[in-house]
Amino acid sequence: MTIWLTILGLVVATVAIKAFGPVLFGGRELPRAFIRVISCMAPALLAALVLTSLFADGQRLTAGAQALGVAVGGALLLARRSIVLAVLAAVVVTAALRALA
Amino acid sequence: MSHEARASFLTGVRLGLPYAAVGSVLSLSFGVLAREAGFTPLQAIATAMLVFAGSAQFAALAVLTGGGSAAAAVAAGTLMNGRFLAMGIALAPSLSGGAVQRGAQGQAVVDASWALANRGDGTFDRWQLFGTTAPQYVTWALGTVVGVFAGDVIGDPARLGLDAIYPTFFLALLLAELRDRRSRTVAAVGSLIALALVPFAPPGVPILAAAAASLIGLARPAGREDA
Repeated sequence: MTIWLTILGLVVATVAIKAFGPVLFGGRELPRAFIRVISCMAPALLAALVLTSLFADGQRLTAGAQALGVAVGGALLLARRSIVLAVLAAVVVTAALRALA
Repeated sequence: MSHEARASFLTGVRLGLPYAAVGSVLSLSFGVLAREAGFTPLQAIATAMLVFAGSAQFAALAVLTGGGSAAAAVAAGTLMNGRFLAMGIALAPSLSGGAVQRGAQGQAVVDASWALANRGDGTFDRWQLFGTTAPQYVTWALGTVVGVFAGDVIGDPARLGLDAIYPTFFLALLLAELRDRRSRTVAAVGSLIALALVPFAPPGVPILAAAAASLIGLARPAGREDA
C-alpha cells in the first residue's frame, strides 16, 4: 500500500509541477529581462544536477569511483565524442575502479 | 500538424535517440532497484510509465529503501522535480492553446528535451521538444520492464557502474549549454549554491535553489552577447 500511495503521490505532484508554468504563464509575451533570466536557467539547473548527483549522498558530501568515471566521460564529451561512448566509458571506469577497490 | 511542425518533431526524435538509449539503461537500473526494494513488477513499470522522471523516482525509491513513509518518499521525489517548475515557466511563452492544452503540453518536459529545444534566446521549439521526449518515453518504459524481469541476471547496478550514467547524461546537456561567458558564470554560481546547501537542505532543494543563479541574467549582457 505504501508503494501505491507513493506512486499516486508522485504522479499527482509531477503533473501539477509540470503544468504550473504552462498554465499560468503560457502564450503571452514576457519582459525581456525575464527572458534573459529564463535563458540562464538551463546552465544553473544542469550544473547543480550534475554536481549533486556526483558529490551528494543524502545530506553528506562524498566523492567516489563514480566521480572519476564521470570525469572520464566528461573528457570524451569535451573531445566531441558521442554521448553513448561517453556514458559507456564512465560506466566501465566506475565499475573497474570498484572492482579494484 | 504543419510541415514545419513535422520537421521539428522528426528533428527532435533524431536528437532524442542517444538520450533514449542512455535512458533505457538508467530505467533498467531503476527496475532492478525497485524490485529489490519490494516493488511488484506492475508497481515498478507503473512508476516508470506514469511518473516518468528519473531523479524523482530514484529519490523516492531511496527513501522507501531506507524504511521511510509514502509521504516522505513523495516529498523527496517532488523536491527533485522542483526544477521542472522553473523549466515549465521558461517554456510557457513558447506554448500555444488554452490553459488545459498548455498544461498537457508541459507534461512533455524532461531534462534533455527541454535543454535541446531551448533556442538560447528565451524561446523553445515545442514540436522538437515533443519529438525528443517521444523516444525517451518509449525506452524509459521498456528499460524498466527489462530491469524488472532480468534483475537476477544483471545483479547489483552499483557494482556495474550504472550509477555513473545519470551524471554523465546531464553533463552532456550542461556542456551543450555553456555557450558564452555568462552561461559559464551562471553554471559555476549554480554549482556553488547547490553544493553549499547539500549538508543543510533535504535532497532536491539544493538543485531548485541553484535556479537563483539564473538571476545573473537580469544584468544586461555586455556587447554582442545579448540574448
